[in-house]
Amino acid sequence: MSATETAHEPSVDVIDLRVALTTSGVDVVDEITVEVRPGEVLGLVGESGSGKTTVGMALLGHVRRGGEVAGGVIRIDGRDLSSLGERELRSLRGGVVSYIPQDPGTSLNPALRISTQLEEILEAHAPEGGAEQRKARVREALEEVALPSDDEFLKNYPHQLSGGQQQRVAIAMAFANRPHVIVCDEPTTGLDVTTQARVLETVRDLCQSHRVAALYVSHDLAVVAELADHVAVMYGGRIVESGTRDQLFLEPRHPYTRRLLRAVPDIAGKRTVVGIPGHAALPGSRPQGCYFHPRCEFARDDCRAEFPPVTELGEGHKVRCYHVADAVQKPPPEGAGQAEKPRVGDDVVLAIKNLNAHYGESQILFDINLDIHHNECVALVGESGSGKTTTARCVAGLHKQWTGEVSLHGTALEESARKRSNEERREIQYVFQNPYASLNPRTTIGQTIARRLKLFGRGGGREIGSKVGECLERVALSSSAAERFPDQLSGGERQRVAIARALAAEPSMLVCDEVTSALDVSVQAAIIELLGELRNEIGLSLLFITHDLALIRTIADRVAVVTGGHVVEYGPTEQIFTSPSADYTRKLLANTPSIEVALGHATTGS
Amino acid sequence: MTDQTVEQALDLVPEAGPEAPPPRLQRFQWLGILRNASRLTRTRIGLGMVGVIVLIALLGPLFAPHSETEFIAAPNHGPTSDAIFGADALGRDVFSRFLYGGLSVLWMSAAATLIGVVIGTAVGLIAAYSRNWLDDVLMRLNDVVLAFPQIIFVLLAVSAIGPKTWLIVLTVGITHAPRVARVMRGAAQQIVERDFVKAEEVAGEKRSRIIMEGLLPNVTSPLLVELGLRMTFSIGLIAAVSFLGFGLQPPAADWGLMINENRLSIAVMPWGVLLPVLAIAVLTVGTNLITDGIARAAIGLERSNE
Repeated sequence: MSATETAHEPSVDVIDLRVALTTSGVDVVDEITVEVRPGEVLGLVGESGSGKTTVGMALLGHVRRGGEVAGGVIRIDGRDLSSLGERELRSLRGGVVSYIPQDPGTSLNPALRISTQLEEILEAHAPEGGAEQRKARVREALEEVALPSDDEFLKNYPHQLSGGQQQRVAIAMAFANRPHVIVCDEPTTGLDVTTQARVLETVRDLCQSHRVAALYVSHDLAVVAELADHVAVMYGGRIVESGTRDQLFLEPRHPYTRRLLRAVPDIAGKRTVVGIPGHAALPGSRPQGCYFHPRCEFARDDCRAEFPPVTELGEGHKVRCYHVADAVQKPPPEGAGQAEKPRVGDDVVLAIKNLNAHYGESQILFDINLDIHHNECVALVGESGSGKTTTARCVAGLHKQWTGEVSLHGTALEESARKRSNEERREIQYVFQNPYASLNPRTTIGQTIARRLKLFGRGGGREIGSKVGECLERVALSSSAAERFPDQLSGGERQRVAIARALAAEPSMLVCDEVTSALDVSVQAAIIELLGELRNEIGLSLLFITHDLALIRTIADRVAVVTGGHVVEYGPTEQIFTSPSADYTRKLLANTPSIEVALGHATTGS
Repeated sequence: MTDQTVEQALDLVPEAGPEAPPPRLQRFQWLGILRNASRLTRTRIGLGMVGVIVLIALLGPLFAPHSETEFIAAPNHGPTSDAIFGADALGRDVFSRFLYGGLSVLWMSAAATLIGVVIGTAVGLIAAYSRNWLDDVLMRLNDVVLAFPQIIFVLLAVSAIGPKTWLIVLTVGITHAPRVARVMRGAAQQIVERDFVKAEEVAGEKRSRIIMEGLLPNVTSPLLVELGLRMTFSIGLIAAVSFLGFGLQPPAADWGLMINENRLSIAVMPWGVLLPVLAIAVLTVGTNLITDGIARAAIGLERSNE
């Protein structure tokens, strides 16, 4: 076989892959057909439970416990994985196929030095090379990912490195044995945008220079738009649409892809985000017919009968939908409640003056000044460790070690929530980042909200039940959710409950601490829509903490950019995006992945 | 599609979103743990062993052929048709004394366990929740009590005040408390850091309510294990104190006391020692097996991994 021929052979060739549960035979993923050629990046996009990680793992010859490969063929470099034994698979992994995990914090061994871990993986696949040779190769691998390669650095343990450095060590390990195929499982999810940009660049450069075929599994469409040559969108364990990057992002055909793209906020376009109503189709609870039909506005009888076959639209652009033509004609719906922003009042609800905060000996915040007017949304943007959450916690009285002045309606507040009056506590409500941790797992939703109503004298006695129902309906949940426990709800529903709990107090000020970062994009969009609606309906001031610049463009009136405990930029949202004054803001904007920028079509959007 | 497969399917597919949710929980965690534990063979054996002893202790007096203090034969007389396990060192029916003598061990152990677990849990949860000087004070006080071996503490109290049953129950309970407190504090510390506790704090919820509704229902699995474990220790301790002569006073029947009374004549008449020893052994091994089953069920070990 000549060199030119091998270049055209796909490195990864998956045909009709089916992974099913061993016990019930229910499929986790089915009818997966993808190919990746050397030097190409295939972006595999999907929301939680879509099966994208299962496909990624299958390329490594791995299926999670309780499942099995029930059909189809996976060929890596022309070798059928099903024909390989456990020993051959093991030599394949880390050698021919390697893996970049989501969280380097858990994938690196905390008890071993960086050098030991890198040498181990080299030794496992090329035991004949000498120690000196390996050492040299380790240095080379680290230089490839732009890490220092001196002895000092090699002696480090994983915990001595930053998150971005850890991830680059993981990448160096993945590329150490010159793999032909690499599976990336959301390798930048836990990283700040600046670090993410560097890591993505490293992955892209290495794939290109070593002609590696990469499968990039991600829920982040903007990252995929920047990185991938081809994209496949998964829903309910099926690939519903696939094609080149431009086909998929410029001419999306499947209703799900179109709705998903409308749910992604983008820094380049000031457009509203629109969530997708309904639930994701998880294995075992998937509907008859097309799995997307219960959430699809174009659904007809044929959609309910059978899953649509693959239709080839253009060259390589495949879609599984009966009503592609309808979907293209009708533009996706506009976001409700965001089209026009509520009028911002003149009176200041919350004023922060010269806020300095400490954790023990170290100072976290330096002279923060902010004010939030009635019905205004002020976003606090920064990377992890910037002090944005500490600011929010000082306002709420959760963090007590601070000086300066935080005043509500002109009255200065005590440091801790316990020392404030019940009325002051009622006025400022806090919504936490992770809805999986912010609700008591042993208390029903109804009990949680009823207690909050009683605590703030907003209801009691016989009408408490209907009052709880009202609270739930305000966040677009059915009042029957009151009888449920948190684990019976999805992440998005839990976050709605957390918002309902906060609103039960009828606050004037809502502090939202990264409220969407634990959620899928379609759910994130729905929560953003909800907050917009609530502002219009009941008049609410928001302090919106986030790391995602793209997200705030549609929701915030003013933005404060924080880094290292200082506010480096503070002004109207549009101004921050169009003419940022601080270098840090510019850097942040440049590093935030954007679909529109990636495609070179920076439009103002709808 | 049955519920079973739906749940299996959900368990298998991890949320690949930015943050994976924790595994699914049951409504009443402790009920679920007890149900799972009862499916384990070791728990069933344990339940059987404890059940037999409890039945003997509760119903024994109804079936005893003689009174526990009645002299029926010559001292250390061998088994007869009237006294199937013979007579003890004073000539009383061994079998009747055995049937009468279980109740005191059982109720005293149960009461001491309850006292220990209630006080210990309260101290542990308060310490974990307070996270300040109170935590330090409570835990250092704990250390002081922990420094004494339990039996020494009990004997000290009994020799100072007198051999009263309530005193034994109380001191055994109190000496259990710091051991329980340490475990419960450790379990609750992880819960205290969760956001739902912070959400209650920021709303100004009463501290007692946060502890009772936020912490307690979330630490039921270590609580159950502690309950079983302390019961096992209580039985041993109470029996030992009786054996040393500080428990029930003669002529009352009590398993620990019986061992003491008949130990000198063990070569001639072994039944007087053997019966109560066997009963106590079966009881402690039984409670231990149940506890082990609960502990396994609490960490989710299936039957196949037994």
